Amino acid sequence: MEAYISLFVKAVFIENLALSFFLGMCTFIAVSKKVSTAMGLGIAVMVVQAITVPANNLVYHTLLKEDALSWLGIKGVDLSFLALLACIGMIAALVQILEMILDKSFPALYQALGIFLPLITVNCAILGGSLFMIERDYNFGESVTYGVGSGLGWALAITLMAGVREKLKYSDIPVGLQGLGITFITAGLMSLGFMAFSGIQL
Amino acid sequence: MNELLNDETKKVLVEPLVENNPITLQVLGICSALAVTSQMSTSLIMALALTMVTAFSSAAIAAIRNHIPSSIRIIVQMTIIASLVIVVDQLLKAFAYDISKQLSVFVGLIITNCIVMGRAEAYAMKNPPLESFIDGIGNGLGYSVILIVVAFFREVFGSGKLLGFEVFHLTKDGGWYDPNGLMLLPPSAFFIIGLLIWVVREWKPKQREAIEFKIMSISHGEQGGHH
Repeated sequence: MEAYISLFVKAVFIENLALSFFLGMCTFIAVSKKVSTAMGLGIAVMVVQAITVPANNLVYHTLLKEDALSWLGIKGVDLSFLALLACIGMIAALVQILEMILDKSFPALYQALGIFLPLITVNCAILGGSLFMIERDYNFGESVTYGVGSGLGWALAITLMAGVREKLKYSDIPVGLQGLGITFITAGLMSLGFMAFSGIQL
Repeated sequence: MNELLNDETKKVLVEPLVENNPITLQVLGICSALAVTSQMSTSLIMALALTMVTAFSSAAIAAIRNHIPSSIRIIVQMTIIASLVIVVDQLLKAFAYDISKQLSVFVGLIITNCIVMGRAEAYAMKNPPLESFIDGIGNGLGYSVILIVVAFFREVFGSGKLLGFEVFHLTKDGGWYDPNGLMLLPPSAFFIIGLLIWVVREWKPKQREAIEFKIMSISHGEQGGHH
């Protein structure tokens, strides 16, 4: 249990996907102008991340990994080079299914999250989460924890960023630095702040 | 070769370098631009890999653009891109294993790099293969320029080296330069790109963003009646 809590805290704060691995930066910069939209996108990312990382974990361990097909009686087959294709296919399919389920059964939720779902397929935080899961060889339990934690960390980062950017409107910034430039520098300062978490062991 | 490089092709090739740079103006593909730039060698490999993937995926998508039903075009593009990235990934593992270990997941993340998808969607779906190929090379080079500039600052000031060769003589070896550890950490990449965008926008004022809010100075003269 302790190991899972430690992994969770690590995924949320210390190895924050947005601020220390720069994943999902394009949407992080583009959709962080208002707190409410940023929070919506953050929650959508968290949900998708919590589903896709464990799902990809299952696919990887039952089909692709070296000797994973031995339950079919096939030995010595290593399909791990297909992991990239399998992960992105899985993500695209799951996002599509999620969109259809939300549209059919939870219209209110679909209204709130629906517009962000197509954006999420190409969000590198999602694919990055799955690839880190493969690289670090997480088991199923760890991958659930990692999926929820890293999604939460990303959501936290984009919401904080939007809060800062809403206040930035009131500051007098040099003309050339306005918009994108100052956003990068703000993200850098936030990343410095998040580095204060590094070294925390639970 | 001469008729190949007519004005249109040249424009497609050169424009993304500064005028319409994918990173500083179009805000695409920033993730890897930040993550792999703590060393020059990894950035060069990454830049090369991305340029190749963009060029070939644009050409391939342009070649079949009239046969892709628009409702499933994203999946088709994704599959083509992912297959090319697998090729690049396997090549790197075979010929540059150390660098592929350092790049870790970021080679795989070329799939979701917005530059590749963006060019496929914006250019390759509407233009013939050869032009799309050149457009892919141009945008890949625009990305490479930013990567190389950022990596140059980070490696020189962060570890006093460039491509592993010593540039500044470090204090720990009896020299004069004390390396700036911040340069090797994630935040410095944000700062350098932010400042780079500032420089480019001072140089090319056309790229500045429309001002959403203007700071008004309060002049006391207009507030009559409060004296």
